[in-house]
Amino acid sequence: MFEDYFRLAFRNLKHRGVRSWLTLLGIFIGITAVISLISLGNGLQVAIGSQFGLSETELISVQAGGLNFGPPGSSIADSLTMDDLEAIGRLSSVKQVTRRNLESGQLEFNDKVIFGFSINVQDGDERKFLYDQLGIETISGRLLKDGDMKKVVLGYNFYSNGVGLDKEVRVGNKVLIQGEKFEVVGLLDKQGSFIYDNIVMLNEKDMQDLFSYGDTVDIIAVLPRDKNNLEGTKEDIEKLLRERRDVDFGKEDFEVSTPESSLDQVNGILNGVKIFIAIVASISILIGAIGIINTMTTSVLERRKEIGIMKAIGARNENIFFQFFIESSLLGLMGGIAGALFGTALGFLGTLVINSFIGTDVRPAISFSLIFFSLLGSFLLGGLAGISPAMKAAREDPVEALRG
Amino acid sequence: MVKKVDKILIELRNVKKHYQMGEVIVKAVDGVSIEVKEGDFVAIMGPSGSGKSTSMNLVGSLDTPTHGEIFLDGEDISTLTESDLAQVRGRKIGFIFQSFNLIPNLTAKENVMIPMMFQGTDLLEREEKAEKLLNLVELEDRMDHYPNELSGGQRQRVAIARSLANDPEVILADEPTGNLDTKTGEIVLKFLKDLNKKGRTVIMVTHDPNLAQEYADVVYWLKDGVVDKITKRSKTERRE
Repeated sequence: MFEDYFRLAFRNLKHRGVRSWLTLLGIFIGITAVISLISLGNGLQVAIGSQFGLSETELISVQAGGLNFGPPGSSIADSLTMDDLEAIGRLSSVKQVTRRNLESGQLEFNDKVIFGFSINVQDGDERKFLYDQLGIETISGRLLKDGDMKKVVLGYNFYSNGVGLDKEVRVGNKVLIQGEKFEVVGLLDKQGSFIYDNIVMLNEKDMQDLFSYGDTVDIIAVLPRDKNNLEGTKEDIEKLLRERRDVDFGKEDFEVSTPESSLDQVNGILNGVKIFIAIVASISILIGAIGIINTMTTSVLERRKEIGIMKAIGARNENIFFQFFIESSLLGLMGGIAGALFGTALGFLGTLVINSFIGTDVRPAISFSLIFFSLLGSFLLGGLAGISPAMKAAREDPVEALRG
Repeated sequence: MVKKVDKILIELRNVKKHYQMGEVIVKAVDGVSIEVKEGDFVAIMGPSGSGKSTSMNLVGSLDTPTHGEIFLDGEDISTLTESDLAQVRGRKIGFIFQSFNLIPNLTAKENVMIPMMFQGTDLLEREEKAEKLLNLVELEDRMDHYPNELSGGQRQRVAIARSLANDPEVILADEPTGNLDTKTGEIVLKFLKDLNKKGRTVIMVTHDPNLAQEYADVVYWLKDGVVDKITKRSKTERRE
């Protein structure tokens, strides 16, 4: 009997006009939003994460200022100094500290000037530490080494001409940084982070000569003695800095972040986006449900005569109810299917875009259970919306209904 | 089919249908008694406003009376729930309407299959039966056509096939030729007559006295909600 309802419902839906399909827009948009967002979720997470330099999985970074989403070192609170760095280095839970300064400056090549960030590279152990932690490799040439003077290593976008210069930079080219001539000795492979793909790496001595930042430190990168004790180390550093900078707990003018807390930040942003999309989706779906109620009510009125005929030739009230109920459910399901298809396509497309922009190899998260439940949900929603119209249809008096 | 001539299929006993319309009580049917015996061709005749349509709804158990009793195959239908009534109606009565009343979204064959669906007949049997019935009304080459692709006469023949789907004891035809020209009307009536000759009970509601007298064994003449007269004739007199 139920397959008969489905068969009948399909026949009726097939003969429906554009108007009925338009009422599905709500459900369509809702399901599209949910499915595309979830399948994009992985991509978004990696994309946002990479902009924070999350590849440094075991490092704690310390910087002045509160939480900020600008480039590291751009905050305006009292800077950290070499004294701070040394003090942190003396903590028993800390294995190694290294100084990072990021300076914004200008670079000229081929008569074009661009602005960007340069990062300093320390000599000796700290150089190895930085290279290891960032996991950087060159696509061409070599990395900086101790004793290099007036030599520079540039990020991938200089190699691929993605920074706004008119010409690709190659090993051996000369560039002007803050007006000083430097020789390019290496170009980095793609990192998938706009900071590192646009980076200008200079040895500490050259950086100091160009920017004269003296004693100040933008970021102190800390390697804990025990990598399982990130939180404990973080607390030690916070306690030390509160004393040194004379601030109360909860009023810190510095930020000590572990990879986890950075990840939390990323997830916070992502969750914000998710909540927003969820609200949009809920509203769309609600509108969709109202649309279905509307179109089904109209349909019951238009097909009064048909209801009368059905009753005359032996349809019980529940036969009529189920026919309209199933039809409404299917209407909802159609919206869901369209949304799931379009949402999945958007997820793939979006991931593709993210991959091509930041050079990652993220796969869209296609969750079959999500699709299944979305479809089930839209089917049930359609049914729910159809209950009242279907009851109205079932209660029609056969004699009245036959008059049309 | 062996006829048990005296078996009464439908009986209306002093049936009244009164409507309250504001202050006024409209007595659409006001004490009608009708007996339909198995194998009869009965006509319910009357001008518009005579209570003909209401009587036909009552005879067809589409409507329930405000007074009196209606027996369908010996069962008092006023005691049945609406859904049970629908079930009984679907099984025992086949309707043919003036305006054909086919379901527009379904093909001829599917239209014929619908009444069987409500009786829980399985799909294969429904298809076979529908094909057989459409053959009977000579529409074997129009089975997969939609109603709007068929002529009026063809549609009414589909409706006849549909009315026979559940092997009902009674065919109830409401002005079956009302929307047809004389020639196609005659074809449709010929089918009804043939069915009656094979033993099927037929009730025809009409406003056309010639039609009523030409085809029916018993004619109930309705006027102002009551039976004005009953004319009968023996089957041998009937025009063949």
